[in-house]
Amino acid sequence: MTEYEAVIGLEVHAELKTNSKIFCFCTTEFGGKPNTHVCPICLGLPGTLPVLNEKVVDLAIKAGLALNCEIAEFSKFDRKNYYYPDLPKNFQISQYDLPIAREGYLNIDVDGRQKRIGITRLHMEEDAGKLVHSGDSITGADYSLVDYNRTGVPLIEIVSEPDMSSPEEARAYLDQLKAILEYTDVSDCKMQEGSLRCDANVSVRPKGSQKLGTKTEVKNMNSFRALQRALEYEIERQIEVLEEGGQVVQETRSWNEARGITETMRSKEDAHDYRYLPEPDLVPLVIDVEWVERIRQTIPELPLERKKRFVEEYGLPEYDAGVVTSSKKLADFFEACVEKFGNPKEVSNWIMGELMRLLNANNMELNDSPVTPGGLIRILELVKEGTISGKIAKQVFEEMFNTGETPDAIIKKKNLIQISDSGELEGIIASVMENNPKSVEDYRSGKKQALKFLVGQVMKETKGKANPQLVNDILLKKLSE
Amino acid sequence: MTISLKELEHVAELARLSIPENELKAYTCQLDDILKSIEKLKELDTDNVEPTAHILPVRNVMRGDIVREGIGREDALGGAPDVEEGQFKVPKIV
Repeated sequence: MTEYEAVIGLEVHAELKTNSKIFCFCTTEFGGKPNTHVCPICLGLPGTLPVLNEKVVDLAIKAGLALNCEIAEFSKFDRKNYYYPDLPKNFQISQYDLPIAREGYLNIDVDGRQKRIGITRLHMEEDAGKLVHSGDSITGADYSLVDYNRTGVPLIEIVSEPDMSSPEEARAYLDQLKAILEYTDVSDCKMQEGSLRCDANVSVRPKGSQKLGTKTEVKNMNSFRALQRALEYEIERQIEVLEEGGQVVQETRSWNEARGITETMRSKEDAHDYRYLPEPDLVPLVIDVEWVERIRQTIPELPLERKKRFVEEYGLPEYDAGVVTSSKKLADFFEACVEKFGNPKEVSNWIMGELMRLLNANNMELNDSPVTPGGLIRILELVKEGTISGKIAKQVFEEMFNTGETPDAIIKKKNLIQISDSGELEGIIASVMENNPKSVEDYRSGKKQALKFLVGQVMKETKGKANPQLVNDILLKKLSE
Repeated sequence: MTISLKELEHVAELARLSIPENELKAYTCQLDDILKSIEKLKELDTDNVEPTAHILPVRNVMRGDIVREGIGREDALGGAPDVEEGQFKVPKIV
């Protein structure tokens, strides 16, 4: 049987973090009532003229530099024509032959191996509006409703080389790209709000072959998981077509999340002919060295550098360093804790364990939670000085996550201070031993695991507040009496 | 003729224009004349001429990233032929 390999390239759209739209003064805020963030310019009314938002160019240059691109000295906008009501002008202002940045790359880590993924180009464009179709789907709809709030929100489109050969690599690329755009403050990258969107070009070929197979374009993948699942499905589908002696049809396919399959959207025959033409309403951009250098100064340490530094400086395992630096906010949180408390591995355990567990369970970002580095540091100190046990600490952390109260207030309110008074513990232990004569007997006759049960009973009796080391010591002493 | 009937129909389709049967020939001739003029222009040697990106010698016209109120939903929807739930209602798309 022939072995196949996949060839994958990604096209990523990221909304830029500006206050106003790319060509008008309307707000870019997400979630307003339909058609309340609009004006004659973004509605495409006749007689209006777009004027470029300078911040958009700054952010596009910044993203380009962070992705090791060449920044164009001369760049211009073009009209991309298509008839679809998500754009009121019947064309989208985009960039065609002179994009602001090209020929860059980013590095990804997959299975401990680093791989360089080329970036073909990066260009600026305006976002389109949002359509809501009546009925279940676009094809079954009698009519559609259009909200132009998002029309004119600035985007950059980043096109990669077809350098990825597995869904895992594609995911690692998107992860890394997202982290870079977040670190540089270019985009919020919230996939659930659509501020980061991803399409994929996929083909397969016999392993070792240099000739590219026929590709399909897969759209509508709204999460990292969807990207990976859609690519896995599509690669499998194409291999099956070839194995059965068929041919892959060049077409656009849509990922159906509910059914877990990709479906034909449109084939090459009715592919768009965009008839690009230079946008006469916008003058070209000339970007000089000073401008580029001014932006270069604002680029912070990027995720992979930071990961490397965390391994070297704090002795974190590769894996931990990767997780903690996956977002700038997490990495900043980590460093703020370590600066005051030290113990990097313990801090990263808390971040990767409790903090990320609670963030994921509540579908929250670090910013949305009231937990501060100061709060975590305080909990770690309380454990260290023996005021609370490690087990109680997790309970306090969760309470702090939910309510924003300080660890000290929570401990006081819930009476969670660790019992480290041996006199008090001895009394409790004596009664536990009295109530569990069989376990005591078991232990004394050599079944050492009975100790664990007895410790557990003491912890239960004290609602987890007993100092476990002390309980262990006292029990051992009493059992050997 | 440098433009075929098929090409004319394709261009009309892209522009969402329906051209009556009896006018097809007239449009083909007119477009053909335009294309001929362009062929004529092509005779010039432009090897050392930069492509024109814009007819004005103006560069880098930009504005600051400032927010101003839009025109409000009522005005935005004022010219729409059909409206539902504060949105533009458009005919079946696909």
